[in-house]
Amino acid sequence: MTRRPVLLLSVMAFGYAFLYLPIALMVVLSFNESRLVSVWTGFSLRWYAELFENEALVRAAWLSLRIAVVSATAATVLGTIAGFALSRFGRFGGRWLFVGMIAAPLVMPEVITGISLLLLFVSMEQALGWPAGRGFTTIAIAHTTFCTAYVAVVVQARLAGFDRSLEEAAQDLGAPPAKVFLVITLPLIAPAIVAGWLLAFTLSLDDVVVASFVSGPGATTLPVHVFAGVRRGLSPQVNALATLVVATVTLGILAAALVSRNARRG
Amino acid sequence: MSAPAPAPSAPRASSAGRRLALAIPYVWLLLFFLLPFLIVLKISLSEGTLGAPPYLPLLGRDADGAWRLTLSFAGWSHLLDDDLYRDALIGSLRIAAVSTVLCLLLGYPMAYGIARARGTRRTILLMLVVLPFWTSFLIRVYAWTGILRTNGVLNALLLWLGLIDRPLAILNTDVAVYIGIVYSYLPFMILPLYAALERLDDTLLEAAADLGCRPWQAFLRVTLPLSLPGVIAGSMLVFIPAVGEFVIPELLGGPDTLMIGKVLWTEFAANNDWPLAAALAAALLVVLVLPILLFQHVRRREEGA
Repeated sequence: MTRRPVLLLSVMAFGYAFLYLPIALMVVLSFNESRLVSVWTGFSLRWYAELFENEALVRAAWLSLRIAVVSATAATVLGTIAGFALSRFGRFGGRWLFVGMIAAPLVMPEVITGISLLLLFVSMEQALGWPAGRGFTTIAIAHTTFCTAYVAVVVQARLAGFDRSLEEAAQDLGAPPAKVFLVITLPLIAPAIVAGWLLAFTLSLDDVVVASFVSGPGATTLPVHVFAGVRRGLSPQVNALATLVVATVTLGILAAALVSRNARRG
Repeated sequence: MSAPAPAPSAPRASSAGRRLALAIPYVWLLLFFLLPFLIVLKISLSEGTLGAPPYLPLLGRDADGAWRLTLSFAGWSHLLDDDLYRDALIGSLRIAAVSTVLCLLLGYPMAYGIARARGTRRTILLMLVVLPFWTSFLIRVYAWTGILRTNGVLNALLLWLGLIDRPLAILNTDVAVYIGIVYSYLPFMILPLYAALERLDDTLLEAAADLGCRPWQAFLRVTLPLSLPGVIAGSMLVFIPAVGEFVIPELLGGPDTLMIGKVLWTEFAANNDWPLAAALAAALLVVLVLPILLFQHVRRREEGA
């Protein structure tokens, strides 16, 4: 057992290189003066400057952010209740269906989700006159629906991990169920709720396919805009955009790691 | 442990408050997750038309005011008659299956290595698997076009190393689609595998070694069977979405790459044939029902444990 597992280490090194090669390339190319991938002509920030002057792109980014905040928040409320119900309500009528509707969105191919929601919205508009046209509302509803499943899974996993004695103690002392939930359960699962919100926010911000189906003219989200550009053969502005995203995410994770380390020490 | 527990830890959801709380996500999912599938089925049986929306209602009134049900199997018969759709479905299943196996071959050793690491190193290795997921999927897939194209980074490297004398055509082939799918879905394979391997009790391996098992025997007879739920969960998390994948074949695949997600999108967006696109979505769902049930089954067992 003392032999160094050379094969295992080389597969791991290959795997991580594989995961990070495209990201590294994007970051490098975002500073390349040339628009060609294969030629390095010099360091330049021109793509960053062009990025912020690209009005259509900035408008799309703003729409995407607003949709992501709305759907992540709605999905966090729905998903927290769903996760709590799955882990604390025991048996209830139609539980099997509920479990299925939480698990299926995790694997459902996006083209199916996209077309089925679009056909729903079109049918609803014909029958009820709402939602009128497609745009912010329909995209937000679609994102809320698939993000709810992810939040529910994260919250349920957290609830499964801590014991119920605190909740039971509060109950024995006469606290009504709603109060037990707000005062005991909610603070305990707060980290999972925050993680769920962030996950939902990222999923919403990243979605191309579902948004392509359920958006209408005049409501182009950032990924839909970028996707259209990519198919035409895109300028390195996208690399600059991706580099900014990578930098933000890395800083966020480092900050979170520092905060949690200090919290553990304090 | 002598006295029977007086309060059941999981009481029935009977109170009105609980019912109300549960109703909110329940109704939402019924309305926006389940109902849409029924509507897909309905529209796949509608007659196509040139209007907006491009299909006719199933139930309508005649000129003389009588209700009439108009079913059209044009979408479904088109689907069964034309080899294109069958080939696209088989092509998708094949590409997804090959990618899933490749993902497993790369992901299993990685998950194993992470589970064997200790302390901070393990946290960092795990974080590095998750990190790419937080950055744009679309842009990461797009970055592969710069690596794989004939004048791209990979060919430049291979030429410089003298391994090849002319650039390889990788972009716009099925190989590029495999690379794209393995790359995008690798974290979804690693995480459930890691969860299964991390729980593994080291004393079992020690016992196997004491009883004379060689390390590879212990792996085959102890580690692998115990990590099987992780293998199934990870494989389904890769396979099912990969069958319907649209962005990766669109960006990295070529004209010969036949995948059902791409065909569905073309019928819907370019040909405006909604009944046919709906029939394609329904057919895809039928094919995926078994894998989805398998995934649900593994997840439920994991929760029970």
